[in-house]
Amino acid sequence: MTSLSDRFQDGYALEFRAASYRLPSSALLISGLNLSVARGETLVLLGRSGSGKTTTLKLINRLLEPTEGEILITGRPSGSWDPIQLRRGIGYVIQDAGLFPHWTVERNVGLVPRLERWPEERIQARVREMLALVGLPPEEFAERRPSELSGGQKQRVGVARALAADPPILLMDEPFGALDPITRADLQREFRALALRLQKTIVFVTHDVREALFLGTRIALLDQGRLVGVYAPAEFLKATEPEVHAFAASLDPGGTHEGAP
Amino acid sequence: MNWYEFLLRNRSEVFERSLEHIGLVGASMAIALIIGLPLGVALVSRAKLQRWVIGAANVVQTIPSLALFGFLIPVPWIGGIGASTAIVALSLYALLPILRNTCTGIAEVDPAVVESARGMGMTPWQVLWQVQLPLAAPVLLAGIRVSTAMCIGITTIAAAIGAGGLGVFIFRGLAMVNNQVILAGAIPAAFLAIAADSGLGYFQRSSAKR
Repeated sequence: MTSLSDRFQDGYALEFRAASYRLPSSALLISGLNLSVARGETLVLLGRSGSGKTTTLKLINRLLEPTEGEILITGRPSGSWDPIQLRRGIGYVIQDAGLFPHWTVERNVGLVPRLERWPEERIQARVREMLALVGLPPEEFAERRPSELSGGQKQRVGVARALAADPPILLMDEPFGALDPITRADLQREFRALALRLQKTIVFVTHDVREALFLGTRIALLDQGRLVGVYAPAEFLKATEPEVHAFAASLDPGGTHEGAP
Repeated sequence: MNWYEFLLRNRSEVFERSLEHIGLVGASMAIALIIGLPLGVALVSRAKLQRWVIGAANVVQTIPSLALFGFLIPVPWIGGIGASTAIVALSLYALLPILRNTCTGIAEVDPAVVESARGMGMTPWQVLWQVQLPLAAPVLLAGIRVSTAMCIGITTIAAAIGAGGLGVFIFRGLAMVNNQVILAGAIPAAFLAIAADSGLGYFQRSSAKR
């Protein structure tokens, strides 16, 4: 089987084709989603809680399977990929970082390379490189446990772990959502620079419109499982859809924003 | 004659009965672990079945041990008189805490950690062995600890169906109306229980530290 990186030549990185996801209880979480993600772009999925952002993300790495429609990953239906191989080619960062508390930072970051049976020296070198990349000096942090890290440091380790096996696609589920505003701003700035440099295809979930405008090359707005629209950041606040207005108003709780209804 | 003089005078039999006791507990715990751990792991994601199985194990727990030993005597294959019947009954008693703690221990592992393990491309087997079991270890060990202490206590009653162990002194003392003989069984049994409990407690604490 060709790996995800080998197939990463041309066409869209990701394509949702009329994808729906329905719970066994028949509640429809995603309905008829059509969405394409180009290679190297950072697509932000923006929406309120329960709008289906996380579900959309999990359909990509097959933590969930679409009940209707399909998702193409580098042109091939997600169902035809071996889920384990697919996930090792897609970096995944979640809000609480999901670091393994019983492992050191070094082991956490080396997770996927070890699963892929890289030679040990190469893993060591890669872990150091990744920690340096996310601004954590390896000599200081490699042997620490996640419990000995601050929230921001945990997220940095989470990003380092997701990037360790050099996956072409990165999925991020509100990675900076639980951080204090100053740490969040730091990480957003650094992540933006990193994303520009690494040219990964990134799907970034957030409910923070400021973050969406800052990080996204495009913003896909979801509302109750449906795609409202896809916007360039510069166009987003000018769009006329009511859900856009709702988010625009959240930028300005005082209610003086001209876009507010 | 004091109980410890009796103990000293009969030290070779006390030693032998203690070994028998440890053998009964060891065999029962081994069987309970071999059944309980995989069963507990299998039941984690099957909520309905889990309630039934743990309910059944709970019912077994409420049967008085002397009665359970008695019930098993006429059962073909596993019943009769002697150590094997006792081991069957003791394994049944030891099963519940192991089963329950395996289920709760794994269920209590942070869902974010398990989800990221799956999302990073670990196989279900790798998630179980490298993430869920190590993180559930303190709770698992607590269950094993409770089981072992309980098992050491109940094993004294297994002497009633000819399984041997330190209960032999207790039943003999009861028949002779001689407290010294009862204590010669009860005190070593209590000592075994304390030793096993503190030993496993040490493991439990060191696994929680990691």
